[in-house]
Amino acid sequence: MSTLSLTRLSKRRVSGGGGGGAWARRFGIAAVVAYCVAPFYWMVVSSLRRPADQFSNAPLPAPASVDNYTAAFDPHNGFGRALVNSLVVAGVTTAATLIVGIFAGYALARLHFRGKTLILTLIIAASMFPPIILVVPLLRLFTDAGWINTYQAMIVPSMSFALPLAVWNLTAFFRQMPAELEKAAQVDGCTPAQAFRKVVLPLAAPGVFTTAILVFISAWNEFLIAVSVVNDRHMMTANVIVSLFTGQYKYDQPFGTQMAAGVVVTLPLVVAVLFFQRRIVDGLTAGGLK
Amino acid sequence: MTVIASTPGRTAPASRPPRTSRRAGTGRLAAALLSPTLLVLALVIGYPVVAALRLSFQVSTEGIDPRTGFVATTSHYGMGNYATVFTDDRLLRPWWNTTSFALASVSLEVLIGVSMALVMHRAFRGRALVRAAVLVPWAIPTAISGMLWKWIFNSQGVANELLGTQVLWSSEGFHAWLSVVIADTWKTAPFIGLLVLAGLQIIPGELYEAARVDGASAWRVFWRITLPLVRPALVVAVLFRLLDVLRMFDLPYVLVGPRKHSVETLSMIAFNEMTNLRFGSAAAYAAVLFVYIAVVALAFVKLFGADLLGRGTRSEP
Repeated sequence: MSTLSLTRLSKRRVSGGGGGGAWARRFGIAAVVAYCVAPFYWMVVSSLRRPADQFSNAPLPAPASVDNYTAAFDPHNGFGRALVNSLVVAGVTTAATLIVGIFAGYALARLHFRGKTLILTLIIAASMFPPIILVVPLLRLFTDAGWINTYQAMIVPSMSFALPLAVWNLTAFFRQMPAELEKAAQVDGCTPAQAFRKVVLPLAAPGVFTTAILVFISAWNEFLIAVSVVNDRHMMTANVIVSLFTGQYKYDQPFGTQMAAGVVVTLPLVVAVLFFQRRIVDGLTAGGLK
Repeated sequence: MTVIASTPGRTAPASRPPRTSRRAGTGRLAAALLSPTLLVLALVIGYPVVAALRLSFQVSTEGIDPRTGFVATTSHYGMGNYATVFTDDRLLRPWWNTTSFALASVSLEVLIGVSMALVMHRAFRGRALVRAAVLVPWAIPTAISGMLWKWIFNSQGVANELLGTQVLWSSEGFHAWLSVVIADTWKTAPFIGLLVLAGLQIIPGELYEAARVDGASAWRVFWRITLPLVRPALVVAVLFRLLDVLRMFDLPYVLVGPRKHSVETLSMIAFNEMTNLRFGSAAAYAAVLFVYIAVVALAFVKLFGADLLGRGTRSEP
């Protein structure tokens, strides 16, 4: 609990410095921001060039054009449909994972029972599995079951990485909530289950929301499963279809169009990151430190 | 006063609840709350892993059925797939690619990530901006970033222009390997930076005060105070990254392409076997990777004492 005051203290100490240090600091910050943003900037710039200027390496697109975006959404690419597919797969995975994982997170954070360490270890071990070992037998199974080119063939395996992530984050969030809440509710005559439903769950909404963002982003980024279980262009996710874009001539890789599509796939995530940065950072670090 | 079932052990002695009924009730509730998660994990991880291991021992041979004269696939259980995988020289190369990617990327990421964390820790103005910027590489899907780097490393791309070189980066050879390392480092060093930053922020300022009073140099403070105290956060971050690189698939697949010797990882060769419908050897490659990752993880935890569960088994005070 003393973490807060200590952070403040160290901040005060740091802000005491000045002079030459301030410039070094500003340079450091500029370097970090440039490192992180420059390649993304290049994607945006390349996407806004005219296709004829594709190989120009000027830092700004002049003249700017949206031709690449028009080309990306050209019906023969099926990119619009792929975005919908990505949205369905990532959305359903997130919803299903949260519904299942929220109870586990609560139990692991709050209840005392035998075998808790074992279950925590199992869940963290589960998040470290190489997905390829799951995909090989599942592809055979899905082929026999007629699940190839279906949403469920992408959603079900995606839960293998999404669920441990969700449980882990939710456990960290539930653990941060004051235990007095349930105690008060139980003193007032609630059963543990009622305390969870009526007191804890509403108050945990921010944590659940953060977990939802993290799970959604990881499901949206998934590639190996999506490229394995789908071979019909209509069912491919955006990540997969963008890597298969073909240009006017078959062997000519249409980088401008791909960059435009890349921006479209990435932009929602970048906007989400800008809006929810504090929460996302809290969520990302929760697993490692709490 | 039997209501305080969830009191942590340390503060409990004041009013120890009668054990039997409450304990059993909590256990039942825990089982009810956990069973959906465990069931799903058993279905989507437990079952496939067992199936993959079984598959890896299943040797299929094509032959002419003597009675019908048609080509028929017969299968039996044996070590055939593993024998092929281990005697074939195709295992060593992907294994080394996987390992060298992990060593090179993770070392670079630690260097860059720790430097980033130190910079971010000192940034008191523009903190939000830096934090948002740092999340950008993390938010870009790996497949998309693979394409972005393929474009940057194009023969006529911006990397060659900036470096003044004419390198064919993403075709084959050492340059292809290097381009994957650079792309992976770019994407994930900020993640290490964030975890280390969180570790830095819980170091008490008094320690730095004391070191300054004692006249310690900045370098000495870093080695003697910052690094040891940030170590738990760093170790966990490195473990996560290490296991993530060892299973790498999409970045080399998109950036360089399938079946390229210089960047083919174990995940990729298993995928390649699978898409050619050689499920047995695909499963064997995947199983080798699986065991390798497990061994690395265990060795890492033993060597560096990564406290993965953290205070996971304890309750908050």
